[in-house]
Amino acid sequence: AARRCVGEEIWVDSRTVYIGHKEPPPGAEAYIPQRYPDNRIVSSKYTFWNFIPKNLFEQFRRIANFYFLVIFLVQLIIDTPTSPVTSGLPLFFVITVTAIKQGYEDWLRHKADCSINECPVDVVQQGKVVRTQSHKLRVGDIVVVKEDETFPCDLILLSSSRSDGTCYVTTTSLDGESSHKTYYAIPDTMAFRTEQEVDSLHATIECEQPQPDLYKFVGRINIYKDKEEPVARPLGAENLLLRGATLKNTQHIYAVAVYTGMETKMALNYQSKSQKRSAVEKSMNAFLIVYLCILISKAVINTVLKYAWQWSPDRDEPWYNHRTEHERQRHVVIRAFTDFLAFMVLFNYIIPVSMYVTVEMQKFLGSYFISWDEEMFDEELGEGAQVNTSDLNEELGQVEYVFTDKTGTLTENNMEFIECCVDGNVYIPHSSGTRKSDEHCTYGSGNKDYCAFCLSLQEYEDLFFRALCLCHTVQVKEEETVDGIKRGIHQGRPTSFYISSSPDEVALVEGMKRLGYTYLRLKDNYMEILNKDDEIERFELLHVLNFDSVRRRMSVIVKSSSGDYLLFCKGADSSIFPRVVSGKVEQVKARVEQNAVEGLRTLCVAYRRLSQSEYQEACHHLMEAKLALQDREQRLAQAYDIIERDFVLLGATAVEDRLQEKAADTIESLHKAGMKVWVLTGDKMETAAATCYASKLFRRTTQILELTKKRTEEQSLHDVLFELNRTVLRHRSFNCLDFGLIIDGATLSAVLKPNQEGAGHGNYREIFLEICRNCSAVLCCRMAPLQKAQIVKLIKASKEHPITLAIGDGANDVSMILEAHVGIGIMGKEGRQAARNSDYAIPKFKHLKKMLLVHGHYYYIRIAELVQYFFYKNVCFIFPQFLYQFFCGFSQQPLYDTAYLTLYNISFTSLPILLYSLVEQHVSMDTLKREPSLYRDIAKNSLLRWPVFLYWTCLGVFDAVVFFFGAYFLFDNTTFTSNGQMFGNWTFGTLIFTVLVFTVTLKLALDTHHWTWINHFVIWGSLLFYVIFSLLWGGIIWPFLNYQRMYYVFMQMLSSGPAWLSIILLITVSLLPDVIKKVLCRAMCPTATERAQVQCWHHLHMKLEV
Amino acid sequence: MMASSYSAKDEDGHITVSGPGGGTLRNKKPENTAFKQQRLPAWQPILTAGTVLPAFFIIGLIFIPIGIGLYVTSNNIKEFEIDYTGDDTSSPCYNCAKNFSWNNTKSCTCTIPFQLDQPYESNVFMYYGLSNFYQNHRRYVKSRDDSQLNGNIDSLKVGASSPMASRKKKKPSKECEPYASIDNKPIAPCGAIANSMFNDTLKLFYNDPNGTSVPIPLTSTGIAWWTDKHVKFRNPVGTNSNLTAVFQGTVKPVNWHRPVYELDTDPENNGFINEDFIVWMRTAALPTFRKLYRIIQKKNNMAPTLPRGNYTLVVDYNYPVRSFEGRKRMILSTISWMGGKNPFLGIAYITVGSVCFFLGVVLLVIHHKYGNRNNSANISN
Repeated sequence: AARRCVGEEIWVDSRTVYIGHKEPPPGAEAYIPQRYPDNRIVSSKYTFWNFIPKNLFEQFRRIANFYFLVIFLVQLIIDTPTSPVTSGLPLFFVITVTAIKQGYEDWLRHKADCSINECPVDVVQQGKVVRTQSHKLRVGDIVVVKEDETFPCDLILLSSSRSDGTCYVTTTSLDGESSHKTYYAIPDTMAFRTEQEVDSLHATIECEQPQPDLYKFVGRINIYKDKEEPVARPLGAENLLLRGATLKNTQHIYAVAVYTGMETKMALNYQSKSQKRSAVEKSMNAFLIVYLCILISKAVINTVLKYAWQWSPDRDEPWYNHRTEHERQRHVVIRAFTDFLAFMVLFNYIIPVSMYVTVEMQKFLGSYFISWDEEMFDEELGEGAQVNTSDLNEELGQVEYVFTDKTGTLTENNMEFIECCVDGNVYIPHSSGTRKSDEHCTYGSGNKDYCAFCLSLQEYEDLFFRALCLCHTVQVKEEETVDGIKRGIHQGRPTSFYISSSPDEVALVEGMKRLGYTYLRLKDNYMEILNKDDEIERFELLHVLNFDSVRRRMSVIVKSSSGDYLLFCKGADSSIFPRVVSGKVEQVKARVEQNAVEGLRTLCVAYRRLSQSEYQEACHHLMEAKLALQDREQRLAQAYDIIERDFVLLGATAVEDRLQEKAADTIESLHKAGMKVWVLTGDKMETAAATCYASKLFRRTTQILELTKKRTEEQSLHDVLFELNRTVLRHRSFNCLDFGLIIDGATLSAVLKPNQEGAGHGNYREIFLEICRNCSAVLCCRMAPLQKAQIVKLIKASKEHPITLAIGDGANDVSMILEAHVGIGIMGKEGRQAARNSDYAIPKFKHLKKMLLVHGHYYYIRIAELVQYFFYKNVCFIFPQFLYQFFCGFSQQPLYDTAYLTLYNISFTSLPILLYSLVEQHVSMDTLKREPSLYRDIAKNSLLRWPVFLYWTCLGVFDAVVFFFGAYFLFDNTTFTSNGQMFGNWTFGTLIFTVLVFTVTLKLALDTHHWTWINHFVIWGSLLFYVIFSLLWGGIIWPFLNYQRMYYVFMQMLSSGPAWLSIILLITVSLLPDVIKKVLCRAMCPTATERAQVQCWHHLHMKLEV
Repeated sequence: MMASSYSAKDEDGHITVSGPGGGTLRNKKPENTAFKQQRLPAWQPILTAGTVLPAFFIIGLIFIPIGIGLYVTSNNIKEFEIDYTGDDTSSPCYNCAKNFSWNNTKSCTCTIPFQLDQPYESNVFMYYGLSNFYQNHRRYVKSRDDSQLNGNIDSLKVGASSPMASRKKKKPSKECEPYASIDNKPIAPCGAIANSMFNDTLKLFYNDPNGTSVPIPLTSTGIAWWTDKHVKFRNPVGTNSNLTAVFQGTVKPVNWHRPVYELDTDPENNGFINEDFIVWMRTAALPTFRKLYRIIQKKNNMAPTLPRGNYTLVVDYNYPVRSFEGRKRMILSTISWMGGKNPFLGIAYITVGSVCFFLGVVLLVIHHKYGNRNNSANISN
């Protein structure tokens, strides 16, 4: 049997892949051909056959659509006042539009799938390369991929055209990282050169079942050679070529398919993220519930009144108006219920079907303004802002807490090597430095008394520089020159540069180059260094102990040419110092701290000399961990922990990360806008604090409160918290100081830990939040990625439920980006993971200012008006119908004609508000940017709070009362025409409807502060459309209608003078209160926004006069 | 009227950028158009006390004269109303109302004397008014068949015996139920509205001071909308031009005394295009309503249409309203350009105009008190 690896015994969730579909030799496990999906990618949701049922099902799962469906069905079933068309048509419209949109998107996906599935792939079969289609690939096939081709499925690299068995790959389409990554072939197969050789391979691969994590893979290959025990090799993410990635700088590779089709990691990553809902949406739903209650109570009131009113049979059934026999026989309860439903149907327009469509369209179309904004376009990146979800546009205007990452977000993440400190001596490379001259390295005035037992300075220096040259994962990118000749680094510097996923490493390696030690390349597992004396030194790279954010360090084990085994380690001071056994710890520590205060990023470097046996042991640990199929991560961490100890400290480095352009200005604006800015970073406290001062997060006047491990070691956490709280409270009364809080990860987890000592000490969480509430800026340093998310969660859950925004650029920010209400990713240097997982992605931190202060502000006021206006116009619409019931014997007689009922929301009043909500600018963009404090005016969802909602509703009710009773008194018992003829009920309804359409449209016109030609067009256009439609609708005997009640009603109305006068009067009266309220509010207690408007206006006037 | 200013923002041409990378740079730069950059030139009005002020004064100044004009016009209109329901024992129609029965074939007549204090100069319009009559009840409003009234012959056909066939054929619409058919014969015109058509006959007599009673000529045409009479309502045109023959096979509505083809002797005013019928078919908006009954044309320029004096209204009392506590009225009214007597419109105009004027004054005060402070105020505080 095959040799089993540690931890594999209980591993059931794995698959066995038979390379080339060859059975394992007898004696091995039985050959059970497993069934895997073919390599067809199906990103489409629907097929031709199931589109209609499935799409309808999806759509009616939405509560609003379902509500309208129910209304429609009720109309179909019972005898309702309005024809089913009135709700059926809008619903049909909405459903159809959505279905068409989704169908089109799905068709595009089908097309894309098709082109992907049918693209040609070369497969090795019986020693020959056969061309086939991508979707015919099966697990176990051996695939040939040529340069610049995309991998058709997830593959295990068997051999590459490069002699060292590596290949380069870009994963731009997967995670946006454009750097070339190196993947490694299995050592036993990397020598294969021809198809025949590859085909002769007899091996199986055992690996985990597919999982979506792009950076994780565990597996094992068993290679069978004639009659021998099979050889097992570990497989990791470095062997797995992902579908979607592209082969670079490598002529061709042979690889075997392990995951195909929908099981590839790329396909598994298609799954969408969880939905975030905005505060506006929540308010909207709350309002909807209120309106639903109003609707139901209206229906109940009318039903009850109806039965009270028609208690006497002469009212119920006067001689002129009998029921049919069938109706009479119905039970009174059923009749009452039917009446209730009929009233519901009559009033159902109060919850408009079109609001959802309009809101969605507004969000969808409105979000284009972000991606169109050229001010948010970054020339350097060649990219502008990106909108990943349009659901949260308005949330950008509601942000109260901003959580920002430091590195790459506030700072450039463009590292520059500043200095290094070797054993207490400081080296500073000059920018114009050449490699050889010593004078460019300034020797610091370090303490020069070396102990006799320690190494000499020279030795330290050698080791230090070599450590930095070796301990990294930097690649050398060979850029093709114009001639197409590939040239290495030693031939011409400008043609090659370093690439790494960590900019710090690049800075360090480049810094070393300036100090005279050039890292040349990694060739055949040998790292080549060009030292000061222009000699090439070669080190055999044995192991790389990769960096991770928990350990916060990385190591390499190399074998020098003299045969020594050396382990070099670099990492954060906190993770190195505890593991150091000798070296000038104090001096280095002092220097590290000094650098940190200056805002530099520091790393410590240490090494350990390994004896042969120690090395063997380390190898054993590593191999064991790497071969494990289960808990590999954990085992690796344990192994690393065992290996990385007993260090000799060599020195420290300092790298500067410059602040991003306008970061300070942005933070200042955010502060002025009333937002609290928190910096969450994994950096050291001193470094982070320096950045905070530089970025004006802390000012010189800011009183800094510290809540760090250092302090809690002296006092108990309890005391510190209470003391800080007292300080904050004492000073709050004077209101002159602003506080800044610094907290570190360790203390934070202590604070967040549930208190076990009982209720006596209270909840630290609350006290902490109380302190935070009074601090304008908070710095959290030494944060693990998950802690960032915890902080966001903590603030989110605090009792004010503030809206949070998280902004970051790296993978370590993803958790907080996902956690916060709004997640913003910076398209940074540390890859695209943050941008991919964010709701919005922007190129630079400075763009946040416009994003929030301008776009967020606009989106918020637009959508707030949209929501309020929609409810308002439907109150105006439906309330007269309600009042009319009192005058028509509660018989559910509709006031308006069916066409008006149907078209009111979908054509007469829909476009003005939609366009308003797309282009409205109550203050100019420049003013918003100049006066960040205007943002406070809309804070806390101020335009959608209950009083505002109540005002709008009352305004709607008032207008409705004016419409109805105005018309009632004007119409009552009198002649409206000059020829003595009388009008009927449809004219009455049409008069009210005309007033209604004009009033609600003009109300919007009054609210419009920014009249572009679009506004003029849609506002006057819809009024005109209403008139033209009415003329047309009443102008013809429509053959398909079984009633002709609107025939000439509108024209007759227009031919009457008093009707005109009434319409004008009623419109004036309806609009009057709102105008007065606006004017009075503006005069008595103007908001900052209103003052800004006036100022802006005066400003312009002055300009015009000059 | 409103504060306005045009802030035309400069519209630069499209800027194309080629970055240092040249071809490698993805050209995703958004277009610099005014729309995409949200910099469309716009008129930015703001409603302040200062800007709204003139509007209020103007509205006041326009509305008040209009209101006065309307009020005066309305007051010049003469209107006379008489209630002849007859639920009062003293009422001349008391007996008719009390003894009403659907089976009465002979109509009961009552005479009501009345006096006009002023002469009615121009054309006088005679209305009948009903109260507490729910013509706007949903069951009632929809109980008609417009296709039948438009002369569709199929809507008058006898429903076939088998239900399948009957569904195919255009019988009177089922909306007419329970007034659609009797004994499988379609009712013409069907529906509750038609069935309950007002059928009192009103006649006016002028009691000459010399004792003779002169009947006043009442014109029964021109009382319905022209479009209704000529387009919407049409008599069915069968093979026979004779209305009686066309309506063969139909029955009259239950409560009617005469079939539809005997409504008038004038063929232009008979059948579905009878104007009394058309007027009734236009359902009223409110439970108290009036409908045009007759027009008293002005004879010559010298004499008033209805001189001052005593008149008699003779009513053929056919229409029961007591069961639902309704009332019946006869109204005589003159008409101006703005229709009948309607003081409300004038009063409303005057009120709104005055309110606007008053508000204008208030705003003026506010503007002076707060306006200056406002302008000098700094936004930042």
